[in-house]
Amino acid sequence: MSESTFKTEQPPTALQRFKASHFWHSFKIDRVAQLSFLIFLAYVVLAIFASLIAPFDPYDASQIDIMNSEIPPSWQAEGEADFLLGTDAQGRDMLSTILYGTRVSLLIGLCAVALQALLGIVIGLTAGYIGGRVDSFLMRIADIQLSFSTLMVAIIVLAVFQATFGTELYQQLAMIMLILVIGIAEWPQYARTIRASVLAEKKKEYVDAARVMGFGRLRIMFRHILPNTLSPILVISTVQIANAIISEASLSFLGLGMPVSQPSLGSLISSGFEYIFSGVWWITVIPGVVLIVLVLVMNLLGDWMRDVLNPKLYKG
Amino acid sequence: MPLLEVNNLEVCFGLRSGAVKALRDVSFTLQRGERLGVVGESGAGKSVLGFSIINLLSRPGHISSGSVHFEGKDLASLAPEELRSIRGNRISMIFQDPMMTLNPVLTIGVQMVECLLAHRRISKADAKRIALKKLQQVQIPSPEKRLDQYPHELSGGMRQRIVIAIGLLLDPDIIIADEPTTALDVTIQAEIMDLMLNLCEQNNVALILITHDLGVVSQVTQRMLVMYAGRIIEQGPTKEIINDAQHPYTQGLMNALPQMALPGQKLNQIKGTMPPLQRIPKGCSFNPRCEYVMDICKQTLPSFTQSGNCQVACHMVAEPMQDKMLIKEV
Repeated sequence: MSESTFKTEQPPTALQRFKASHFWHSFKIDRVAQLSFLIFLAYVVLAIFASLIAPFDPYDASQIDIMNSEIPPSWQAEGEADFLLGTDAQGRDMLSTILYGTRVSLLIGLCAVALQALLGIVIGLTAGYIGGRVDSFLMRIADIQLSFSTLMVAIIVLAVFQATFGTELYQQLAMIMLILVIGIAEWPQYARTIRASVLAEKKKEYVDAARVMGFGRLRIMFRHILPNTLSPILVISTVQIANAIISEASLSFLGLGMPVSQPSLGSLISSGFEYIFSGVWWITVIPGVVLIVLVLVMNLLGDWMRDVLNPKLYKG
Repeated sequence: MPLLEVNNLEVCFGLRSGAVKALRDVSFTLQRGERLGVVGESGAGKSVLGFSIINLLSRPGHISSGSVHFEGKDLASLAPEELRSIRGNRISMIFQDPMMTLNPVLTIGVQMVECLLAHRRISKADAKRIALKKLQQVQIPSPEKRLDQYPHELSGGMRQRIVIAIGLLLDPDIIIADEPTTALDVTIQAEIMDLMLNLCEQNNVALILITHDLGVVSQVTQRMLVMYAGRIIEQGPTKEIINDAQHPYTQGLMNALPQMALPGQKLNQIKGTMPPLQRIPKGCSFNPRCEYVMDICKQTLPSFTQSGNCQVACHMVAEPMQDKMLIKEV
């Protein structure tokens, strides 16, 4: 601790603490992390304010004119200034649709990961802390869950749902269904990681000390052990959001995701796919690039965070 | 009625290779405000004793027989709910390594307040006030500031002071201190021991001091237990045991102190090592290492003999006609 901090009477505020942290320091010197974070932030801002930024409302059928269909981006010879990134086969403005699509994709990604994390944390903590038969039971369930690939589970569930309840109801509930399916299919990722950290943490003396103080099981689990396992949770969260967005895009591409009336990035890519060989490349390529950049940026952030939060990789 | 009464306590660890008894037939009492030292080599069962008093042995350890009466209640058979209200509240424990006992991601204040709120129905502000008062008691510089700091921002000595403050937080009747100064450097050790001694005296708290440092035991405690291979082999007033140990093992421990050797001379040591708990020899468990071993030592377990104010489990002490000085000269 430096001289100056000793002399100040006031304890450092949360902001000062953050500025002095290793986390902030390594962020300051890492250009890739800064760029990734900036781009990610831009995505989030654009997605949140999509309805204000977008020149058209792609959900509003009255603003769509079929006569405007398949107009190329404005910088091309046949482009129109009104439609910066061109229009799709139904005459929707691509820019607006992509903005709304990004919102849908991000929302599904975040919510699905929140659900995964919730399930995974509760199950992983319980398995790790209680141990014994409970542990074996929960982890075998996780193994079984992992042995089905996410896409397979999702395709079966969504296809059965569509077949049973009809496409109309499915289209209304598509977003919730996608969140549920992706969330439930991927919880073992969290559960396993958290269980492993809990196993390491629960042998530490502070857990004994907490037991000696007479704290209950739940309090020890959630208040004392969970905060100590937060760094792996943060790291897998970034990767899992990217994964969830990809899963959603794949499902939409296969026609099991978001309906064409409320397209996500995946369904946009899919809807342009049939026109790609007739020279109408922008309907598929532009949302594709947007999706790739989003996922890449999240993975880069995840990598950086893993390096920072892993004490074994500290260089100083 | 003594504050704490341990009777014939036996602790078993169920391992794959069979049950191992970590404590055998341990009995002692502790009066209110009394300071008791527990000494012995590593693996003698000192720490297990500490944990079994508050019935907090982690699996596969468990109390297999005997009782631990605290104010008349048997902790060995109490419901978990009731046990929790005693742990931390009436009996608290201080661990060896202050680097490890504090939760690294919670501030000192949060940890102290949480401990108070878990046992008492008081407001957060009151809890904070009590925490601050306890930090002042352990003589930490600028205690207000410490409440908002994380453990990693403090030095080892300060952390141990905080651990002691947490131990005293709820004004317990007993503090079990498991080698509280082992992880600290020597100058800090003396300060911390002084502090603990004063605080225990001021607050009339009974102290069970688990250590292998005979110097600390002789300064701080009034009575002491010497443990070997899971048994108590000698107990009595600290002064008497330190000045005139009866059991050959205790004598060996005293002789092993560096002060007992002349400069240039090799340090005395007890030959051999403590047997593993699975293979404790028949008779007196110390017999393979004992200088005065007799035939009877290899056959029957010695029972406690009164010698002065001490109780000693040794055949030699039990048979007064055997003059130990004589044997020593042979």
